[in-house]
Amino acid sequence: MSELLEVAARVAGWARDGEDVEVYVSRGTETEVRAYEGEVESLSSATSAGAGIRVVRGGRQGFAYAGALDEEVLAETLAEARDNASFSSAEAWVGLPEPDGARPVVLDLWREELAGYPTAGKVNAALDLERAVRAADPRVRQVESANWGDVCSEKALASSLGVQASDRSTACYLSAVAVAGEGAQSQVASGFSVGRAPSELDSAKAAGDAVSRAVRLLGATKPPSAHLPVVFEPRVSAQLTSLLGSVLSGERVLKGTSLFADRLGEQVAAPGVTLMDDPTIPDAWRAASFDDEGLACRPNTMIEGGVLRAYLYDSTSARRASTFSTASAVRAGYKSAPGVGSRAVYLVPGELSANEVLAGLGEGLLVQSLSGLHSGVNPVSGDFSVGAEGLLFRGGELSTPVREITIASSIQRMLQGVTTVGNDLQWLPSSAAGVTLAISEMSMSGA
Amino acid sequence: MTAAAGDPNLIDEAVVARVLSQALKTGGEFAEVFAEDRRGSTLGLDDGRIEDISSGHDRGAGIRVVAGNTTGFAHTADLSERGLLKAAEAASAAARSGGGGTREVALSRRQPASPSRVEVLPAGVGKDRKVELLHKADAAARAAGGSVRQVNAFYRDSRRQVLVASSEGVLASDDQVRAQFRVTVVASGDAGMQTGAESVGATMGFELFDRHDVEELARSAARRSLRKLQARPAPSGTMPVVIKCGSGGVLFHEACGHGLEADHIAKAVSVFAGKVGEQVAAPSVTLVDDGTMSHEWGAVAIDDEGRPTSRNVLIQDGVLTDYMWDWLRARQQDKDVSANGRRQSYQHLPMVRMTNTYLLNGGDSPDEIVRQTRHGVYVAQLGGGQVNTATGDFVFGMTEAYMIEDGQLTDPIRDANLIGNGPQVLRDIDALGDDFAMGWPGTCGKQGQGVPVGMGQPTLRVRGLTIGGTAR
Repeated sequence: MSELLEVAARVAGWARDGEDVEVYVSRGTETEVRAYEGEVESLSSATSAGAGIRVVRGGRQGFAYAGALDEEVLAETLAEARDNASFSSAEAWVGLPEPDGARPVVLDLWREELAGYPTAGKVNAALDLERAVRAADPRVRQVESANWGDVCSEKALASSLGVQASDRSTACYLSAVAVAGEGAQSQVASGFSVGRAPSELDSAKAAGDAVSRAVRLLGATKPPSAHLPVVFEPRVSAQLTSLLGSVLSGERVLKGTSLFADRLGEQVAAPGVTLMDDPTIPDAWRAASFDDEGLACRPNTMIEGGVLRAYLYDSTSARRASTFSTASAVRAGYKSAPGVGSRAVYLVPGELSANEVLAGLGEGLLVQSLSGLHSGVNPVSGDFSVGAEGLLFRGGELSTPVREITIASSIQRMLQGVTTVGNDLQWLPSSAAGVTLAISEMSMSGA
Repeated sequence: MTAAAGDPNLIDEAVVARVLSQALKTGGEFAEVFAEDRRGSTLGLDDGRIEDISSGHDRGAGIRVVAGNTTGFAHTADLSERGLLKAAEAASAAARSGGGGTREVALSRRQPASPSRVEVLPAGVGKDRKVELLHKADAAARAAGGSVRQVNAFYRDSRRQVLVASSEGVLASDDQVRAQFRVTVVASGDAGMQTGAESVGATMGFELFDRHDVEELARSAARRSLRKLQARPAPSGTMPVVIKCGSGGVLFHEACGHGLEADHIAKAVSVFAGKVGEQVAAPSVTLVDDGTMSHEWGAVAIDDEGRPTSRNVLIQDGVLTDYMWDWLRARQQDKDVSANGRRQSYQHLPMVRMTNTYLLNGGDSPDEIVRQTRHGVYVAQLGGGQVNTATGDFVFGMTEAYMIEDGQLTDPIRDANLIGNGPQVLRDIDALGDDFAMGWPGTCGKQGQGVPVGMGQPTLRVRGLTIGGTAR
């Protein structure tokens, strides 16, 4: 039993008669190096740990957390969670999960190579990245950031109902933001590479992506407003896919605030759309053997051939809906109680490459980045309106770069309007994978 | 009680001095200890039930050491002398400079009074009273109309006690108490569901709820959602936009606020770099960042580098007067700090951040501004925004807006983002009202760190902004 699991199990054992206690503990060691103009701008390194405790008594739930694992702190935190529970509303469906017998997929997400990697190697990687960005193109004016980051994390969960789970993983990344300029205009773009160990990182790709994406926007203008086909690059479509994951929460459906409520079995998307959440894919950034209530993660198909098949549930929402948890409980670290969420959402890829997708459409807008997603997408009404940058394409070839535009539609219409899902699936540092995605028509607002 | 005194006992002064000396033992020109104790609680009502009650406690210190152009940083949750010394060594090793030697650190306490008096510490208020606020809001929103389908109400309070000490002798503490309430209502009609929200927050205690009636906030949020059931698609294209007082400070936060942060300036990734002394905005525009604004969401006695906050004029009558500075950028450019060094927590390095950013009154009548707009959009409430400081292009969302036709407000329109270019929008402000108001509490995100900020403005008109709607 890992040391963290021992801590969690011991505290869960403090449960009193008539109450259930769940203890989630995590510990992480992070390093971040920022390079600027050939020097280390900053180097941060620290270990932090904390615990989040849930208490359920008589259908009432309370939660408390603390950023320490000392015995005294844990006892105080449990007492606070217990007190919180006494003020919440009682409902029959509120409760911790029982072990459901599902066998976890064993994933190897820990790389000793990273855990033992020297600081000097991390520093050099950041400095090399910055140098590579500056050297890549004479139009590079500035490197806004060139960073190394890594984290080695462990977590464990135990409950008085007998759920026990523990996991550990490593991750590291290189990321760069390049500013390219020509005349009075500057354009900015980012590039990155992620992996579980330093040997999995591709510094040249991170530098190259940042520079080529900034340079190709030079000369961008604000085009006249139009309605046109829109193609999302994989890293943009991953943002949209991630949004879909949250809209398909069974909890939202129960509360009547999902635009997908009451639509199981209906054709909610074009026939080429199959949407899954599968945290057991080891390449997924948030791959996990267990969800954040300790149940074994499993593949879930939410949309199949355009037909809505299932919602995602954690144990509480599942009990309320008289169904089973899909092991979709997620937390934002020890400070948050679990809620419904996705870890590894993706669109099942099609057959065409990105170039073939563009060629097939002839003309339209290729979107390379979005802004204002948090303010421009209403998950209740489905209204979608966000800022965008990218390039117009004609005859299947990229042509004019464009900026200061918005693209708008609704989530419902966009799903029905999917004309192609590309074949270039890539896992990104998020809860989703990206793939080239074409939509038949959106409103582009410009001059 | 007042919140001015802080908690000077977070770490003993003599220990702080020894830790700073240790941090500089292997070289480095600057060392700083930032200690923090943060407690908070949140209560959430959804679907008529109190579903989430959560409380948390975090306590620790971040230590940074600067040697040449390199900053070393480490943090620890262990505030004992042993824990702090270990973190100091780690930060010092990270800054990895050569040289070394012993340096005594002499601390001198400079304790500014808090701009925000706290009357009732939220931690001392019974949870039953907080629960009652949420239930009241739920009932009031549901009573506002039969089409109200769902209500989400949220209460949060926090107390953040900080102590900052540096090898430059800075020693100061602060006790920051905040309370917040938000309600979101979902209404359902023939054309689908719509949302409406209200939000209040202040640097004060539970007395926030003597000043704001949660039932009235809930009714207002419900009215917003109900009106939007009749909303037509937002227009698509560029047109005049009138923004209601107190609803759209986020416009300036994004259009130029971030571009005036000295870290963006130092790296030349701001369209406002090199423009001090130039006319960057319409002559009516005076923009201020002010951490001393009593009770506002971004009000603090000291910034997270221990400097007393102040009222800093950024743009005066359209002329760019200064940027915002933290310790590091001020030192590099040989400027005075403007007390804009802030951080999310002890686990983060400080950087240049806004506090309360607002536009001063102009002389126009708000009604007249609408009357003199032939065709455009009236925004009664803005949502969040985002900016690309290198290009100046920024977006922000509107969550309550109406068409203006022949000088009159007409139909409500559906949610959409607006997009503009900061320098262009500042020049395009062609009417400025005399009805200044501060807006909703905001959380500003930058490089993954969130800090509370305030925003405000009078009613104003921008000659042309691009509305990202779908109407043909």
